[in-house]
Amino acid sequence: MAAVRIPPTLRADVGGLRELEARGETVGAVIDDLVERYPPLAGQLYSEGELASFVNVYLGGEDIRTLDGLDTPVDDGETVILLPAMAGGV
Amino acid sequence: MASYRELLAQVKEEIDEISSTAAQDLLTSSDAPLFVDVREPDEWQEGHIPGAVYATRGRLEQQIEGLVPDKSRPLVVYCSGGSRSAFAAKSLAELGYEDVVNLAGGFTDWKRNGFEVTMPRVLSSEQRARYSRHLLIPEVGEEGQQRLLDARVLLVGAGGLGSPASLYLAAAGVGTLGIVDADVVDESNLQRQIIHSTDSLGEPKVLSAKRTIEALNPDVRVLPYEERLTSENIDRILGEGWDVIVDGADNFPTRYLVNDASVWHGIPVVHGSIFRFEGQATVFSPGNGPCYRCLFPQPPPPELAPSCAEGGVLGVLPGIIGSLQANETLKLILDRGETLAGRLLLFDALGTTLDEVNVRRDPYCPVCGDSPTITEYVDYVEFCNAPVGRS
Repeated sequence: MAAVRIPPTLRADVGGLRELEARGETVGAVIDDLVERYPPLAGQLYSEGELASFVNVYLGGEDIRTLDGLDTPVDDGETVILLPAMAGGV
Repeated sequence: MASYRELLAQVKEEIDEISSTAAQDLLTSSDAPLFVDVREPDEWQEGHIPGAVYATRGRLEQQIEGLVPDKSRPLVVYCSGGSRSAFAAKSLAELGYEDVVNLAGGFTDWKRNGFEVTMPRVLSSEQRARYSRHLLIPEVGEEGQQRLLDARVLLVGAGGLGSPASLYLAAAGVGTLGIVDADVVDESNLQRQIIHSTDSLGEPKVLSAKRTIEALNPDVRVLPYEERLTSENIDRILGEGWDVIVDGADNFPTRYLVNDASVWHGIPVVHGSIFRFEGQATVFSPGNGPCYRCLFPQPPPPELAPSCAEGGVLGVLPGIIGSLQANETLKLILDRGETLAGRLLLFDALGTTLDEVNVRRDPYCPVCGDSPTITEYVDYVEFCNAPVGRS
């Protein structure tokens, strides 16, 4: 089980939760597990079957694009951070 | 009990000395020592050896480790005639400084030889009082305070983030603050935009901010830009010369515009963004790390971008993130400490947690990468019905 941080912009799609547990041996599998349980997330995270370019995913503080992307292995108890771009400054 | 003369003679036996002429030769060599001036403030103000650091004899032991953390660095200590600095040299050796020499004949002899002297710029007595808590910090001190007074910072947005950032920068004595905002003060702003007040309802935000800042600190010159940042005016505004940009915009088009312009103008950006209970802050320093497009290459499509007006924000959150932006800005100006360049700070006000993720420069970045594909401004569709540059 990995912990997944849900950013405020995506919380409406997961019933307001800030963190969720998800199963999977890779980052891609963890996200797929989430999307299966909360289908509206798919449109927010994926674009044409790939991780959308305006969404960053971090494992151990590193952007998975600098690791092995969605194939990056996830150990039990690790935290995945989902981070879509956020513009507010008002 | 030894007399002063005996004590001085004894100390001089324990330390090494260097003549003005030999010290002057060293000053122009590749491994020049650092000069440490231990005279009184009025003596320092009448001129000092170029590049010298300054700590009065009375505060030397207290301040030297902040001024010179590297104890192996060669030091030449001086006062006016070489006596006070003899005691200082001994004390520095006792503190573990490995290579300390006393300037024989002191500054008087240096001047008599006609060697170069730097005249320090002097703070007025009002400034000395106002910035006294900065002057006490070795990392700031008089030189740092002068840097702040000389600095020019451009704030994009006089809203939630721009309010605390500009107030703290003004209080710190940052000499010139440019503020870009096309909006007027609205009642719904006052829950968090603390630079404005009930009295300024309906007034352009840049003018309300200017009034508040000038009341806070008359040393600060505010340059108001009552306009929206666009691809048309950004080169003109950035071209006026800024040391740091504080990005407190509320929309993606402005953020990308500010990013691309800052890369092309070579100006660091202190980035902050907020949404409900969460905030982010980082520093984008062109040439020394990633830019905003390395973090997010392009904005989300408008239908997926969070709606600013509906999103809401806890009033104190911009206070926290905007203050972090002021902190980063001050460090960039002072060239002290570690900035957030390469690190994105994630603050969650509900859980009171602070996380950090790494942000790396992307060699394929369309703007700051090795082969840029974006070479002119992109006018993105405006989101949230917020015109560019409003906040």
